[in-house]
Amino acid sequence: MSLHNVGVVYRKELRDSLRDRRTLISMIVVPIVIMPLMTIGIGVLSAKLVGKAMEEVPKVMILGGQDSPEVTSELKALKEVDFVRASPDYAEQISDKLIRAAVEIPPHFDADIENGQTSTVKVYHYSGDLKSGFASEKIVKFFNDLRDQTVKQHLAARNLPASLVQPFDVMQQNVAPPEKVSGAAIGGFIPYFIIILCLTGAMYPAIDLTAGEKERGTIETVLCSPVPRTDLVLGKFFMVLTASLSTGILAMISMGATFVAAKHMLAALIGKDNPLQFSIGLEAIFTVFLMVIPVAVLFSAGLLAIALFAKSYKEAQSYISPLMIVVIIPAIVALLPGTELNARMALIPVLSTSLVCKEITSGTYHWSYIAMIFASTCVYAAAALAIAVKLFQREDVLFRT
Amino acid sequence: MIEAERLSKVFQDKKRGQVRAVTNVSFRCNPGEIYGLLGANGAGKTTTLRMLATILEPTDGTARVAGFDVVKEPDKVRANVGFLSTATALYGRLTAQEMVEYFARLYGLDESTIHRRINDLFTRLEMNDYRDRRCDKLSTGMKQKVSIARTLVHDPPVMIFDEPTVGLDVMAARTIVQFIRECRSNGKTVIFSTHVMSEVEKLCDRIGIIHGGLLLAEGTLADLRQKYGMQDLEDIFVGIVESFHQKEGVAS
Repeated sequence: MSLHNVGVVYRKELRDSLRDRRTLISMIVVPIVIMPLMTIGIGVLSAKLVGKAMEEVPKVMILGGQDSPEVTSELKALKEVDFVRASPDYAEQISDKLIRAAVEIPPHFDADIENGQTSTVKVYHYSGDLKSGFASEKIVKFFNDLRDQTVKQHLAARNLPASLVQPFDVMQQNVAPPEKVSGAAIGGFIPYFIIILCLTGAMYPAIDLTAGEKERGTIETVLCSPVPRTDLVLGKFFMVLTASLSTGILAMISMGATFVAAKHMLAALIGKDNPLQFSIGLEAIFTVFLMVIPVAVLFSAGLLAIALFAKSYKEAQSYISPLMIVVIIPAIVALLPGTELNARMALIPVLSTSLVCKEITSGTYHWSYIAMIFASTCVYAAAALAIAVKLFQREDVLFRT
Repeated sequence: MIEAERLSKVFQDKKRGQVRAVTNVSFRCNPGEIYGLLGANGAGKTTTLRMLATILEPTDGTARVAGFDVVKEPDKVRANVGFLSTATALYGRLTAQEMVEYFARLYGLDESTIHRRINDLFTRLEMNDYRDRRCDKLSTGMKQKVSIARTLVHDPPVMIFDEPTVGLDVMAARTIVQFIRECRSNGKTVIFSTHVMSEVEKLCDRIGIIHGGLLLAEGTLADLRQKYGMQDLEDIFVGIVESFHQKEGVAS
């Protein structure tokens, strides 16, 4: 192997690819655009939808309550609810979204409160429907307040302290630092996106440099040169790896910029209690990047080997597209809550990296796993590269008819 | 100099099993000579030439090209061969100059030699007007010239042409034919394959007729005319192929 030859091939492939619009899109545009689009885009959209649902003055039906004018008039005084006349088809009306909820006031409700009798108020709503949920919450809150107030009045009438019904408080206190809380929630997505983008970034150049070269007929010409085939395939491999890693790095930068921007936006909107109260340290970013390198090598060599089999661009695409699913599945499994790293999982490529990066972004460093995953992925990557180099020596692969 | 000795190639095909593409092909081509490999499609021309260019490894037999063995010293053979094939195989996104430079570097030339050779070739082939234009923006004739410059950049003593004029218009084909002649007058060893009789008649010093992977007849055009008692090369070719099939039929 001669580094000079590998360099000559690499520089040519790099120049060639950088002039290719399709490579540029997958390598530069997609990673830069996709993150802001995914996070800010979806965030803004859902915030808008929730905001709209909260702003709506819901229509709520009151059932019964004719003999309880006190509670009925208080209820009707609620400003943010529009009460409609009772009708026996309230359930259908809720289902058809004509009204958002209905409240059933039991008979003698006012009198029961007065006499200290227990009764049940029913609030009908459509579970899972955001607007129905908001409406029923308002009604439930009204009756909870009324209940608290009634208890206080009853206690005061009997000269008893308020602490009688609430002898102590229960409070949950979080000990995890904020970056771990949000790191665990958001951190899973970061390696997932980086891994997927490392794959998509390598896909197009891998096809172009192998099957594409066969289709154009240039492979024969280049095989006539005295450069050994190992040097040729390594030059090509380094180009594909460059594409894969630059896509990953650009995705990381774009993601970082997006989160910083989103954090500032939310801080300005909500204040300090915004859900993006987290920061991922440089150390974590560096470790994640380090862990992604062997995965990118694995992808680049694997894609190169697969695409080399194909006779044409289209054939290569049909081989590689299903591979996307094979890679997405372990990455998604890592995203599922409760999936935890263990020794067996550490040997599954992609899934292990995804899991360990999720831990790293939330501030947990299991060094033994990190070393094991890095080493096992390196072994897989080396095997894939060896296969690609071997295939490039085979006449029946290069000149498949 | 090219000396093929009992060159054979067997391919493994999933459906057809073992396919003998070339069997025991032996011939010799001297410097300053054009050897024409004449045969129909699928006769074994491309496989033979690819073995000479070391793109394919012979299953049996060997060849010496420019004094080097194709099996034992393929790298040295490649450094001494210029190969031009049917397809105007260029990297569309590179400019004409970048394309030729890339191959010069693959052939291990140093930068000053590359610079000198490219200037010389681009002037000789009248390519200076489009040296910075991308290959995919060039006309077929221009592309052909870039291919020629690419083949010649390392000044190889042996030239191998695999059906170089297929699909070209008259003018572009003429450029190639002229170029092949020039190679001969510069003392290069030239082998080229074709199924166009007129090209063989115009160009070749010696002719090999290949069919079914076998070299059925060989000699100068005059030799062949005398041996088979016919004037027209096409008649000679068809006669040889038909008598081969008759013998095959009798044998089986």
